[in-house]
Amino acid sequence: MKNEKLVDPGRRGLMVATCAAGGVVGLATAGALVSTFQPSERAKAAGAPVEVDISDVAPGTMKVVEWRGNPVWILRRTPEMMASLAKNDDKVADPHSDKIYQLDMPEYAKNETRSRAEHKEVLVVVGICSHLGCSPSPRFAEGAQPSLPDDWTGGFMCPCHGSTFDLAARVFKNKPAPSNLDVPPYMYLSDTRIVIGKDEKGEA
Amino acid sequence: MAAFKETKFPADAPAAEKAVGWIDDRFPLTKLWNDQWGTYYAPKNFNFWYIFGVLATLILVLQIVTGIFLTMHYKPDATLAFGSVEYIMREVPWGWLVRYMHSTGASAFFIVIYLHMTRALIYGSYRKPRELIWLFGFAIFLALMAEAFFGYLLPWGQMSYWGAQVIVNLFGAIPLIGPDLSLWIRGDYVVSDATLNRFFAFHVIAIPLVILGLVAAHLIALHEVGSNNPDGIEVKDTLGPDGHPLDAVPSHPYYTFHDLFGVSVFLVIFSTVVFFAPEMGGYFLEYNNFIPADSLKTPLHIAPTWYFTPFYSVLRAITADFMYVLMAVVAAYVVFVFLKSRLAFKTKAIIAVIGLLMIIGMLPAILDAKFWGVVLFGASVMILAALPWLDHSPVRSIRYRPDWHKYVYALFGFAFVTLGYLGTRAPSPIGGVVSQVCTLIYFGFFLLMPWWSTMGRFKPVPKRVTFHPH
Repeated sequence: MKNEKLVDPGRRGLMVATCAAGGVVGLATAGALVSTFQPSERAKAAGAPVEVDISDVAPGTMKVVEWRGNPVWILRRTPEMMASLAKNDDKVADPHSDKIYQLDMPEYAKNETRSRAEHKEVLVVVGICSHLGCSPSPRFAEGAQPSLPDDWTGGFMCPCHGSTFDLAARVFKNKPAPSNLDVPPYMYLSDTRIVIGKDEKGEA
Repeated sequence: MAAFKETKFPADAPAAEKAVGWIDDRFPLTKLWNDQWGTYYAPKNFNFWYIFGVLATLILVLQIVTGIFLTMHYKPDATLAFGSVEYIMREVPWGWLVRYMHSTGASAFFIVIYLHMTRALIYGSYRKPRELIWLFGFAIFLALMAEAFFGYLLPWGQMSYWGAQVIVNLFGAIPLIGPDLSLWIRGDYVVSDATLNRFFAFHVIAIPLVILGLVAAHLIALHEVGSNNPDGIEVKDTLGPDGHPLDAVPSHPYYTFHDLFGVSVFLVIFSTVVFFAPEMGGYFLEYNNFIPADSLKTPLHIAPTWYFTPFYSVLRAITADFMYVLMAVVAAYVVFVFLKSRLAFKTKAIIAVIGLLMIIGMLPAILDAKFWGVVLFGASVMILAALPWLDHSPVRSIRYRPDWHKYVYALFGFAFVTLGYLGTRAPSPIGGVVSQVCTLIYFGFFLLMPWWSTMGRFKPVPKRVTFHPH
C-alpha cells in the first residue's frame, strides 16, 4: 500500500512517453499492413480502353466484352425493342438517367434510349447490377414468364435479388437495385467499330 | 509465490505417476484437466440437446485436420484454383474423401451450431450469470460465418465467385466510404486473384486462430460458472456433504462415455452423408460451383449456401415499398416503448431519437432501400447478441414458462426456417411478401421479448432437477 505514495513522477512520465512511442510504432505498422490490401499497381494499370468489332451483332442479339474485368454488353435493338422503351417511361425509377452514377453518366447517354445519337439502336452498358454487383441475365422474350411481370416487354433480370431492367438497362421501380446500369464512356471509330473506356473527352 | 517444491514419490511408485508429478510441479496439468473436465461437475439431467457442444468441438478438430491436408494440394491462384480442387477430387489418393469430409463438415458445423443455439434459447442458457458464455459463443458464430464465406471462394467456381461479389458489395452500401471499402476488401476492381489470395490467408490461418481463442474463452467461462440444464435450475444452490452439487456428476467418467455414444451416432450420420450424399441435393455443394468462375456471366440462379439463407432472405425482403411499412413499425415501436416500458426517461428519449433518425433515414430521398437491406441483414445476425438482456422471464427453462410461450418459439422457428427456405429459391413476388412478413416476425420476436417473456402464468420451479435414473 505504501508503494503508491512513492510514485516517481519523472519515471512515470518516461513510462507514458515510452508507451506513446510504442503505440505510434504499432499504429504505423498496422497502417502499412492495412495498406497492403489496396489494389496493387498492376491491378490499377489493367484498365485500358478496349476496341470492339460490332459488325457481327445482329439486331436483337447481344455481345459481351470485358472492360476493367467487368462485362460490357453491346445490344443492337430491333425497332420493336426500341418502341417498347417509351411504354416503360413511367415504370422505371430514373427514366432520364438523372441520378448520380458510379461512372459519370456521359451526356450522350442521358436520354430515353441511353445510347449515342449516331446509332440509337446500339446500347452499350456495364452489365453489373447496381445492387450488389451480379450480372443480370438477358430476358428478351415478351409476355408473362416465371419471376417476371405479365406485361413484360423484354429486358434484363438480375438472378441474385430479382431487380429487373428494361431494354435501355433502366431499373424498374421498387426493386432492390437503386439505379440504372452504368454507361461507360464509348465512341464509334467507324460504323462497325467502337472503343469502350474512351470518348471525345478522353479516357475514363 | 511459494518456493519451488519437488513432489517426493516413493521409489516403487509407477513411472507414469512420477512423470505426471514431475510435470505438475512445473505446469498445472492435473489441475487443468480437473478444472476443465475431470472433476467438472455437470448437472445429471442433461438430455440429447446437450451433445451439440461436444459435436461442435469434434467438427472443429475435423475441419482443421482435413483442412491442413487439403492445403497441401490446393493452389490459391485464380488460374489454378478450380483445377487444383478437381485434382484433389480425381487424382490425389483418397483426396475426394478428405475434400468431402471438409465440405460436409462445414454444413455439419452449422447444423450442430444452430441446434446448440436452439438449446440455449429454449433452456435459457444465456441468462445471468452466463451472458459472457453466450457472447463468446455468438462471436464464434460470427467467426464461423466469416470462415465459411472465405472458404467458399477457394474452389473458384461460379457460386464461389458471385457469392463473394455480392457479399463484398454489401459493404459498398455504406454511405460515403462504401465503394472504397469494397475496393479495399477485394484488392482489385473486381473479385480477382488478389481477392482469392487474401481470402485463402483468412480461411487457413487468421480466422481459425480467432475461433480457437474464442472456443477456449467459451469453455473457460462455462467451466467457471457451471452448466445450465433443461430445468434451468442452479445446481450449485444445493450442495451435498462433499461440497459438490447433489444434482451434478463429474464429467469424467460419466459424460465422457455419454458423449462418446453421442459422437458415435453423429459419426454414423456424418459418414452416411460423406459417402452417399456429399452434395446433399445441391445444398451442401451447389451444382453451379462445378462450373469455373466466369467474371462475365452470373449463373441464372444464385443463392448462398443454406446456412446463410435466413439472413440473406432478410436482405432480399427490403424493397422501396417495404420501407414505408418499416417506418410505420419503427414509429409504433417507439410509441410502445414510451407507453409500456419502465425504462428511465433518458433511455426512452434516446430510443425515440434513434427511431426518429431511422424514420428520416428511411425516406427515399435520404438513404435507399439497398442501404437498409444491408443494415437489417447485419442487424438480423447481431440482435442474437442482445438475447441475455432482452429476455426478462422469471424462469430460465421453457419447461416452467406459460404454455403459450412454446407457440411464440414455434412461430419464431417457423419464420426462421421459412426465411431460410425462401433464400434458397429464385426471387418471386409471393416469396417476397412472405419473407417480408417473416422478417417482421423475426425482429418482433427479439424486440418485443422484454414484454412477452414476462407475460402469462409461470409454473413453480422445483428446487431439484427432474431426473429419472435408468
